[in-house]
This record gives sequence, structure tokens and C-alpha cells, in this order.
Amino acid sequence: MNVQLYVWQRLTAAVMAPLVLLHIAVIFYATRQDLTAADILSRTRGSIAWASYYGLFVAAVSIHAAIGVRNILAEWSPLKNRRADLTGAVFGLALAVLGCRAIAAVVLP
Amino acid sequence: MVHRVSGLGLAIFLPLHFLALGLAIHDGAGLDSFLRWSDQPLVKLAEGGLVFLLTVHLLGGLRVLVIENFDWRDGQKQLATVAAAVSAIVAFIFLVRVF
Repeated sequence: MNVQLYVWQRLTAAVMAPLVLLHIAVIFYATRQDLTAADILSRTRGSIAWASYYGLFVAAVSIHAAIGVRNILAEWSPLKNRRADLTGAVFGLALAVLGCRAIAAVVLP
Repeated sequence: MVHRVSGLGLAIFLPLHFLALGLAIHDGAGLDSFLRWSDQPLVKLAEGGLVFLLTVHLLGGLRVLVIENFDWRDGQKQLATVAAAVSAIVAFIFLVRVF
């Protein structure tokens, strides 16, 4: 892993630590009773705060996971570095697209 | 190793998580139908596993950040054990709540 990737992975990890803590708290709060779409959407629809939170989360996790997958492929699979780079980048991009779609689904009114 | 395997597990789960949330793109009916499907005991058990993976990856990541950025080298193995134990407790509490 080069220095740039190392810095990005650690930076996104530091950004995500409080976000993950809040996410775990939300999981526990949301599952205090049977989970329904109405429960979730009543909290998130039209909320700039949740949109910003999930937006930052998706951006950070897409970068973090892309680098992590790239490193695992480079070290644990027969893929050469270039292929591992490409696969990690495609995975990160797919995560970012799916994540943005998920945010739009739960946040847009 | 635990950190890497938990990260890989989360990376496999994340696209599915986003696809499930995306079911609400038109109205809540699709998401509701998925949530009813997820009421099955095996799915809840898998969710408990995911809570464990998320917590252990978070705590393992914090451990890495602390070791790399602060002058703290003692008790690293104990920290890893504590991370796994806390994650197991969090996942167990989650399972008790959802069952």
C-alpha cells in the first residue's frame, strides 16, 4: 500500500469512528420495537441532518472499503497490484453509487 | 487478522444493505416487505453477527489508530481480546432485544 492510500484509509477510519458509534446506537434505538418502513422514513425523510450524516458515511466507507478490498486482494489473492487497484476502485465506486441511491430513497421527501 | 476478516465481511454485506434501503425509493411498501422477511430467526441471528462484525471492526480500528498515533505499545493483545469481548457482549444484547 502506498503512502497516499495509507493516509486515506486512516483518515476515513478516523472520520467513521464516531459515525459508526452513532450507527450502532441508532440500530439499538430502532430495534426497540418491530422495525417498520414508516418508522425509519418518518425520521429520515426531508432531514438535512440525516442526509449529511449518511452522505459523509457513504463517502468515507466507499473510500475505506475500496482501499481495504484492494489491500486484501493484493496480499491474499494472485491478482497483481494493478488489477487489485482496479477491482478496489470499481468496488468503491459501486458502493458510492448504491449508497447515494439508498440515501436518496430514505431522505428525499 | 480479525480486523481484516471483519472488514471483508462488512464489505460483502454493505452493497446488500444499500440495496435493501434502496427499496424505499418509490414508497415504503418494498422496504416494509423486506423488513417483514427479515423477521425470520435466522436473519435476526445473521444481523447479530453483523453487529458483532461492525463493533469488532470499529474497536479493532480504534486500536490501530491509537497504536499508530500515540506512544502506547503495552497490552496490545489484551486490547484485541477486550475488543472481541465487548463486541460479543454488544451482539448478544442486540440478539436479546430482537428475539
